[in-house]
Amino acid sequence: MDSLDQIFVLAKQALLGLLPVAWQPWASAVISVGAILAVFPLLFALTTVVERKALGRMQNRPGPNRVGPWGFLQFAADGIKSLTKEDIVPRAADPVVHFLAPLVVVLPPILAFAVLPVGRNMVALELPETGLLFFLMVGTAVELGVFMAGWSSHNKYSLLGAMRALAQLLSYELPLILSALAVVMLSGSLSLTALVERQSAVHGGFLVGWNVFTPWGAAGALLFFTAALAEANRSPFDLPEAESEIVAGYFTEYSGFKFALFFLGEYLGLFAISGLGITLFLGGWLPPFSFLGWVPSWLWFFGKLGALMMIFIWLRGTLPRLRMDQLMQFAWQFLLPMSLVNLLVAGLWHFTAAWPLALRWLLGAALLAGPWTLYARQFAARHPRRIYRYVT
Amino acid sequence: MTLPFALLAGLILGGAIAAVSARNRVHSGLFLAASLVGLALVFLRLGAEFLGFIQILVYVGAVAVLIVFAILLTRDADSPRERIANAPVSGILIALALFALLAWGVLLWNPGPPPAAIPALPVKALGDRLLRDYVLPLQAVGLLLTAALIGAAVIALPPPRPGAPDAGEPKR
Repeated sequence: MDSLDQIFVLAKQALLGLLPVAWQPWASAVISVGAILAVFPLLFALTTVVERKALGRMQNRPGPNRVGPWGFLQFAADGIKSLTKEDIVPRAADPVVHFLAPLVVVLPPILAFAVLPVGRNMVALELPETGLLFFLMVGTAVELGVFMAGWSSHNKYSLLGAMRALAQLLSYELPLILSALAVVMLSGSLSLTALVERQSAVHGGFLVGWNVFTPWGAAGALLFFTAALAEANRSPFDLPEAESEIVAGYFTEYSGFKFALFFLGEYLGLFAISGLGITLFLGGWLPPFSFLGWVPSWLWFFGKLGALMMIFIWLRGTLPRLRMDQLMQFAWQFLLPMSLVNLLVAGLWHFTAAWPLALRWLLGAALLAGPWTLYARQFAARHPRRIYRYVT
Repeated sequence: MTLPFALLAGLILGGAIAAVSARNRVHSGLFLAASLVGLALVFLRLGAEFLGFIQILVYVGAVAVLIVFAILLTRDADSPRERIANAPVSGILIALALFALLAWGVLLWNPGPPPAAIPALPVKALGDRLLRDYVLPLQAVGLLLTAALIGAAVIALPPPRPGAPDAGEPKR
């Protein structure tokens, strides 16, 4: 079963063996980059179809069902359509910035996949000192791209979308990084591969020690994925492109394949940040139970990614969009203080390593549950439930 | 001077010159971001991985974004600037004086012979120094930034309206 686990690594080595030694470092990079460029955009294509079908089911309609078997080739039709559409640039737009913006939005997520371990020994770029930092660094470049798109279009809706996006991305980055920091604190490493390997301890004979199975890990995962949804502009935090309010937000003035590039960049960003969440909290490519170790590691990673995507689609079909002031208050008055409390709990977990497990759990859970209910109550008091009355 | 360094130097200097001479304020901000990316790449070429990534994270991810955000919030962000400099002669003189001062400092500095091997500095050691040996200066900087934040928030609060008994809660 080991060969199935390492099948892609072995295939790459076999390919490299055919080449002269001098070419091998370059060829190795090209193969890794090629694999990333092939897998994740294909995953994007499949996710769009699955999302449209799942949302359709939730809204009592069939979704795409014409192209290919059960409509699963819809993404190809969409791609060809967007490639053949006319590329319209508004006359008032800033041509250079307008052209560069889609690139600045798409490139960072692709770079981020380089440090993401998608399986045992399957990471394109191993940065033992700064892996997580690299990931966060490329993530920040997206903000500039979003701003460039919104500003250069010279359209009020675009500008509004860009302003919303900037405020949202800046605010949700803090809880995102702080909740990731708890994991780094306890693992003592910034390398994403090492972070996964630290979670491989087996507890009680069968349970693998994912970080989510600790009080700080469970709270951290919730905080992380909430902030991740906002960072990826996903519903219910999709205010920067709220269709019902500001057309398509910062990419209103894009057409053809540039529009598709924004779409692609958004989903790649979602994959990347979900992959980071899986690595930090959900054990990366590790199985949940030690007796499931025979399943190939890359299957675990992509299985977890797929499960997360399904949850995100479900959330999109369920939750209404937040209002702008609610969005900002939620970040600053709930997520940020909770992630600070979580850091404290993570520190306590580290220093009470000799205590009985039940006591540690009780202490951590109590320390988290108290502020959690307090902040949630305060937040709810500020936003009383509105009752809408419709004229019938 | 190697070719990659020349390219990076061109990016940094070109970006900086374009940032101060661009007619459009937003373009200035974007050129500044490009220049800062070039600086981070120089750090990476010198093997200072951590410093290079932090440079992009802080300066491009936070400072440049805040600069363009602030430009957008000003009233006529889109209208091009009329004149680049109000007083070109004194500006050039001040720039030359500053350059002379910096050049003097650089020329005075004697780095000594280059080390035989670049000392490896793990990020862990950096963190140890920062949070163990220099924890007091770090806390002082944190306090300063917190004070600045509170000051900014106080300035941004709307002035209390006459007649209102307590203007504690800002009106949204």
